[in-house]
Amino acid sequence: MGVIVILIIVSVLVAGGFLLAFIWSVKTGQMEDDYTPSVRILFEDEVKVVAKK
Amino acid sequence: MPKSSCYHCGAECDANIKIDEKLFCCEGCKMVFQLLDENGLCQYYDLSDMPGIAAKGHFVSEKYNYLDNQAIQDQLIQFKLEGQAHVVFYLPQIHCVSCVWLLENLHKINAGIIQSQTHFEKKEIKIVYNPDLITLKELVQLLSFVGYEPVIHLGGNDWLKKKKVNKKQLFKIGIAGFCFSNIMMLSFPEYLSNDALELGNLQPFFIYLNLLLSLPVLLYSASGFFISAYTGLRQRWLNIDAPIALAILVTFSRSVYEILTQTGAGYLDSMSGIVFFMLVGRWFQDKSYDSFAFDRDYTSFFPLGVTVLQSGQEFNKPLSELQKGEQVLIKCDEMIPADGILISQSAIVDYSFISGENAPIEIKQGAMLYAGGIQKGRAIHMEVVKPVGQSYITELWNSPLLKSEKNTEKSFVHPWSQYFTIILFAIAITSGLYWSLHDTHKILPAVTAVLIVACPCSLLLTVTFTYGNVLRWLGKQKLYCKNASVIEAIHKIDTIVFDKTGTLTQQEATQLEYEGSELNTTEMLAIKSVTKESLHSLSQMIAQFFLTKVEGVVEVNQIENILGKGTKAHCGAFEILIGSTSFLSSHGIKRKDDYVGSVVCLAINGDFKGVFKIMHTYRAGMSNLVASLKNKGYQIHLLSGDHPTEKNNLLKLLGTDIPMKFEQSPEDKLNYIQMLQSQGHRVMMVGDGLNDAGALQKSNVGIAVTDQSHLFTPASDAILEGGEMHQLSALIEYSKKAKQIIILIFILSICYNIIGMYFATRAQLSPMVAAILMPISSISIVALSALLSFLFSAKIRSKN
Repeated sequence: MGVIVILIIVSVLVAGGFLLAFIWSVKTGQMEDDYTPSVRILFEDEVKVVAKK
Repeated sequence: MPKSSCYHCGAECDANIKIDEKLFCCEGCKMVFQLLDENGLCQYYDLSDMPGIAAKGHFVSEKYNYLDNQAIQDQLIQFKLEGQAHVVFYLPQIHCVSCVWLLENLHKINAGIIQSQTHFEKKEIKIVYNPDLITLKELVQLLSFVGYEPVIHLGGNDWLKKKKVNKKQLFKIGIAGFCFSNIMMLSFPEYLSNDALELGNLQPFFIYLNLLLSLPVLLYSASGFFISAYTGLRQRWLNIDAPIALAILVTFSRSVYEILTQTGAGYLDSMSGIVFFMLVGRWFQDKSYDSFAFDRDYTSFFPLGVTVLQSGQEFNKPLSELQKGEQVLIKCDEMIPADGILISQSAIVDYSFISGENAPIEIKQGAMLYAGGIQKGRAIHMEVVKPVGQSYITELWNSPLLKSEKNTEKSFVHPWSQYFTIILFAIAITSGLYWSLHDTHKILPAVTAVLIVACPCSLLLTVTFTYGNVLRWLGKQKLYCKNASVIEAIHKIDTIVFDKTGTLTQQEATQLEYEGSELNTTEMLAIKSVTKESLHSLSQMIAQFFLTKVEGVVEVNQIENILGKGTKAHCGAFEILIGSTSFLSSHGIKRKDDYVGSVVCLAINGDFKGVFKIMHTYRAGMSNLVASLKNKGYQIHLLSGDHPTEKNNLLKLLGTDIPMKFEQSPEDKLNYIQMLQSQGHRVMMVGDGLNDAGALQKSNVGIAVTDQSHLFTPASDAILEGGEMHQLSALIEYSKKAKQIIILIFILSICYNIIGMYFATRAQLSPMVAAILMPISSISIVALSALLSFLFSAKIRSKN
């Protein structure tokens, strides 16, 4: 029965990982636009983002 | 020849302009196609049907010369680094998948563009470019060329004023959700405590983990409630957050007490759950319409740069640096940037947006021109008299009447929350007294349980979700409200004031109707030829009128245009007089009709022939709208900046019992609203132009009507699309339903509260009961709110 302690700790940590991912996504501005990414899926070619300077 | 559609923009075209069997309506569209074809960007046409924006010769390269000016560039560029500059533009033409695709592939056309990212809902594009390879002016020229001309104002740019996504709100929701769901999971053994799941010495682990998880909820996620309640208390009144903050604190304290004294497991699941639901409710209510701007002042109306003449040379300058005494060049369809004196011979100015006057006016040399008018004739020169910030129209914003804050009355929910708190305390005290007489051990459990269960939270949930739903349904019917408090303000309205030009009438559609003796073909031909020669817009309209009736033109022998009066011409065998009534009478010709209204009179060879009636097209359904509003008990007023020529038509359309005032200046309108308000009325103003800006701000609810929402709309509380104007009565009615919905739902939630109270006052409230009641009550509120908002919206949806 004691193993349940370990299981719970692990599951909370995993859930915490998702929480951190959510916080990170809000911080990097992914939540600002919730419509345009759905439109971008329709593009056929691989749009290479040329970020080279 | 069969009509077909332009491959680029879908407009009708004949088979003149084509490449490889693809037809185009104009050279402009063809050029854009060629550009895309050369750069391998034809997927633009695959993603949507005919996605192009019609060029129609709108692209003028000198238009952007002011972007070479360093001061202007600094205003627009968001961020600058070595080899990189970031700029954000508002592109109202973004409407489909192809737009997004093309705009994000601009780097294929010009290597100077490093990256471009669009935001579809805000209609914005963020461009990172290399200033050494492409200048800001070239960038804007490219955007305009492919059909996406950025809207750039004196105020710099719209992105400066847009609301940023509230990240903190999202963090709070995320953390509350995480903790709430984990606490609930860990509380299961507590709910189902029978021998099968007896935890024994593991129990403290679960309980203390719960306590640990509830701390972020209390200290971070719920902090907003505590701060708001405290601020309210300091100002000596109870807002809705006060009982909520109290409930949260009591729940937490009692739980901690029970945990530390090992008398129970506490109610941490209910507490974190309710915080989570309430935060979601607040987020849902904060729906904002990102592609509209509700706070525009005059700086969004004027252009950023002007063409200044100095010693014969033209050069561009930012408008904000324009000085008194400088000479400005204003081309056709450009806006007059500041108050000044006309130097050219004559000008034809359309002031409809500024003053509400429907027809453009002719101005003589030496007369004043006012900022905001649009020059309709050929290019003119003007000498600036006042800088733009002090022009006649912008002085309106400095009026002391506009200084007081709007809608500072508290929400209607707030008195309710006060009653709620009082009732809550009454019940708590009563049960405390009861138990003090019967079993003193149960006083504290009973009193705290009452405060836990009574859930003022359900009132907040009801209100936030209902307002959120109502806002969204109104938006679907093209009435975009700034925020939820606008809905509440609409409830209290008892008077509605309408503007005429642009609000009751459609901006772009003035028609002519001829009434008089029949004209034969030669006469019509002569009139058409004569009117074509004149620049006056009314003459142009007459020429347009005859365009389809007779073909071609004949030579005009002699023509004399008299400013502000009319035209006298000889054409073939006819002597034609076209102009105002006074113009004809000055030549000895009297009118033989009795029509009262805006007209252009016609006389041939000294005989009066007839009149061209200028019909202001009113929007469909206006008389029904006003009748319906009158039925509902609203007082209606009409304020117009135009001349009283339309008075009779308006009396027929709207009824004779409406106070109507004409030739109102923007200040007159503002003062009128002030007068109504001082009589105790709550006023709604419906207007469209800059001349309504003061009235819109002063009124309790200001609705800006527009046919082209991406162009300027004055600062208002809500924006209504012109096409939906006839629905205004139904939309107001729906807004008022919000209150009914809230009351209905609240009655339901009281039933839950009564059940909970039953257990609470008997000091029998187990965590499990609380944990069941809370989500059921919250979810049922959300569902019912969505359902009722949908059902009650049937009327506004069916009118389509």
